[in-house]
Amino acid sequence: MRNQVDISSAEISEILEEVMDPEIPVLSVNDLGIVRDISVKDKAVQVTITPTYMGCPAMDMIAATIKMTLLSHGFTDVSIRQVLSPAWTTDWISEKGKQKLLEYGIAPPNSKPQFCNTEFFTANEAVQCPHCSSWNTKRISEFGATACKALYQCADCKEPFDYFKCH
Amino acid sequence: MIGEEEMNSTGKTFLTDYLLHLADDALILGHRNSEWCGHGPILEQDIALTNISLDLIGQARSLYQYAANILNESHPARNVSEDTLAYLRDNREFKNCLLVEMPNGDWAHTILRQFFFSTYQFFLYEKLVGSVNDTIAAISAKAIKEVTYHLRWSGEWVIRLGDGTDESKERLLKAFDMLWPFTGELFHMVEYEIVAADLGIGADLNLLRSKWDEKLKIVFQEAGILSIIENKIKPGSNWMQSGGKIGKHSEHLGFILAELQFMQRAYPNSEW
Repeated sequence: MRNQVDISSAEISEILEEVMDPEIPVLSVNDLGIVRDISVKDKAVQVTITPTYMGCPAMDMIAATIKMTLLSHGFTDVSIRQVLSPAWTTDWISEKGKQKLLEYGIAPPNSKPQFCNTEFFTANEAVQCPHCSSWNTKRISEFGATACKALYQCADCKEPFDYFKCH
Repeated sequence: MIGEEEMNSTGKTFLTDYLLHLADDALILGHRNSEWCGHGPILEQDIALTNISLDLIGQARSLYQYAANILNESHPARNVSEDTLAYLRDNREFKNCLLVEMPNGDWAHTILRQFFFSTYQFFLYEKLVGSVNDTIAAISAKAIKEVTYHLRWSGEWVIRLGDGTDESKERLLKAFDMLWPFTGELFHMVEYEIVAADLGIGADLNLLRSKWDEKLKIVFQEAGILSIIENKIKPGSNWMQSGGKIGKHSEHLGFILAELQFMQRAYPNSEW
């Protein structure tokens, strides 16, 4: 067990860089913006996380992985707290995270959603193809492989791709 | 937290009843939609519906967890959890409205049921975001983002079906006749809802009704069926079924629970 007297939350945050989203393994929990608070009191570390979507099945796994990772770094008193408020938004995905998404082949969320409303058949959000950078793309389905993604297709390179939809 | 402290032991019952009602609506519709898994007309729509299921079941989980915390505070020995609330309550203890337990029927049926419910849920959560109860407000703020997608998706499908082929239109109208008598209950306030609304915890459903009506008319107009059903949607022109919110369900709920609860009933305390 390490001496944790002088542990700072910044140090914990650095360790959390190792914890990846199981659905999108290039994004760390920091990149995703779901770590809301890190508190270190005496030897106790508490990490507060928030779900992207309420039914996100990855949440329990992420909580367990954070705990395991901190344990493996010698922290023995680790607790994970889940909060709903304030509600997570795609704005909290870091710039570095958006870049990583793009390189991974997932179009990152547009910065502030223009189309998250209840209007029907609104023009599709303009989304850039992560493969050929064309803007000539269309939405195939509002719902994709996971709750947080929509399915798009590029009309130029014809490749289908996931879009991390605005939320 | 305001709302929780103010209440005596009777008040707590209203709060847990209200939470269970909200959660049961979400769980049962989530379960119904999940029955489509692997049976959707095309892959993308199959996935859309199961995504919506996931959102609804996620909402139910948060609400059950909160209800369980309150129940355990007053009776720690009961050891209530989100799982016991979902898997070990009986038919008469469920407080979901009748609409959500209606069988899936065909695609038009499922779509219209979702549209009726998502429109209701959208305006409900819009109101509950301002609840004096912080936990309900937080859950609602989270859920409304998801429900916005459900409303848009189901509304677009209603328009597509009504404005599609003769057959799709006919099926939509048939679904309308089947489901409409179950929509009245959405706005028919029962005791725990009235108390919750009075305390500023819940929503006054009478105030949501006109918004719901208005949204429906826009969509039915777009779908080209408004003139056909106009007389049927006038207030008071239809006998409305109710009872689900106070535990009096149709025979369908029993079958849902038989499937939903089978594992925990047959193998108590089994874990995933």
